[in-house]
Amino acid sequence: MFDKYLIDATSVRNITTDGVVNGFEFAVRIGYYRGLAISMVEPFDVVVDGVAIDGSEIRFTVAGQTFTYEEMETRADVRWEMVDDAIITVLRPGGLAPGEHTIDLTEHLRVSYLPFIPAHHDNKVVTVG
Amino acid sequence: MSHDIKTGASLYSFQEEYFLRKLGLEEIVATAGRIGALGIETLAEQMMPGFPALSDEFYADWHRWMKKYGTTPTAHDMFLDTKRFKDRLLTHDEMVESVQRDIIHAEKLGAQIIRVIVNTPPEVIEASAPFAREYGVVLAVEVHAPWSFEHPWIQEHIAVADRAGLDAVGIIPDMGIFTRKLPRVVWNRSLRDGATPALVEQIVSAYDSKADLTGLEESIAAQGGNGVDGGLAWQATHTIDLDPSELITWAKYIVHIHGKFYEMTDEGVEYSIPYDEIVRALKTAGYTGYISSEYEGNRHIQDVFPVDSVEQVSRQQQMLRRLIDSE
Repeated sequence: MFDKYLIDATSVRNITTDGVVNGFEFAVRIGYYRGLAISMVEPFDVVVDGVAIDGSEIRFTVAGQTFTYEEMETRADVRWEMVDDAIITVLRPGGLAPGEHTIDLTEHLRVSYLPFIPAHHDNKVVTVG
Repeated sequence: MSHDIKTGASLYSFQEEYFLRKLGLEEIVATAGRIGALGIETLAEQMMPGFPALSDEFYADWHRWMKKYGTTPTAHDMFLDTKRFKDRLLTHDEMVESVQRDIIHAEKLGAQIIRVIVNTPPEVIEASAPFAREYGVVLAVEVHAPWSFEHPWIQEHIAVADRAGLDAVGIIPDMGIFTRKLPRVVWNRSLRDGATPALVEQIVSAYDSKADLTGLEESIAAQGGNGVDGGLAWQATHTIDLDPSELITWAKYIVHIHGKFYEMTDEGVEYSIPYDEIVRALKTAGYTGYISSEYEGNRHIQDVFPVDSVEQVSRQQQMLRRLIDSE
């Protein structure tokens, strides 16, 4: 219901540790009309420039804490609120080269009253400086 | 029969503005009050970040806003996350505990009604009823399309109301169950998303003429319908058009009304739902609760049109008052 707003195209940036670029990150919103505990946020599909990112390379940061997918599953006590920016980090040496890239994101939210897991999808062209 | 129909708004109506951070909770309450939606229904999990661990300061602010803007809390919309954990469903006791959490919150808000989400098992409501009564709160399951009053699941909830007492358990019909015409905003969006015009026309005319929709999805697929066509056919088969007189039939269980709407036109009417018949039925039933505006058009127009939930709710409030005040 808020699909076109999931990825904040202006937020994409490389991240650096000790002077070495070791990944990139971008801000995301929850595509649902309420917040959820992150135990109900199933692994995202993140596709960058047509290539699917392996889940082991992804970290999710919300409410000031960073999680792997495995850690998210157990955290019914941490909420991704409707107004929160969360951060998806992709651990990839070198990050994104300067220039245009496409990011394609699908959120799978385990909403209890639906008999299926709804998917919310956004696709943005972003520019890395 | 004498009635006392009041109007309010579910803050669900303003989700677009809230999501886009154009309006915060206090501004939304103020806005609802300004446009005459004086009964305030809330979704804590939407606009009260931190729920269920809200601070005393939050509740103090809330009551200050109610006084300041002349508004009254009506209902708290609860959710039951039965799939909270990936590997198992919540147990019965965990579900009851979750409902109790919502009852405590509703009482703190000053809301006397809880909208119970439809996936809540009737036995969980039955077990929670004494606790609700103690807190002065009524647990009311939402009757929402595609479920009708007669659906066995809803009938189980109604049987719980009979056993547990109408002071603790009731129902909240969503006016989407009286969708006379397929919402125009829905099928126009399908067209923009790449639906096949001839198939859209077929689906809409089948729905609007009350044709038997059995096999519609298969028929659309067999005619070469694409995914968007299939989605619209699914939508049509999950939309229902009950007779508003059912509000009279089930009146004694009804504690609150979701005034679902998709599009208030420039002429001041809802395109798809016959609110004149609905308000007439509620008058006949002697209804004394709120009709709570629930705007759900934003998701169907936000791709190309600016969303103005405030204008839409304001138009619905004016229509409701006109219908309530007319003889």
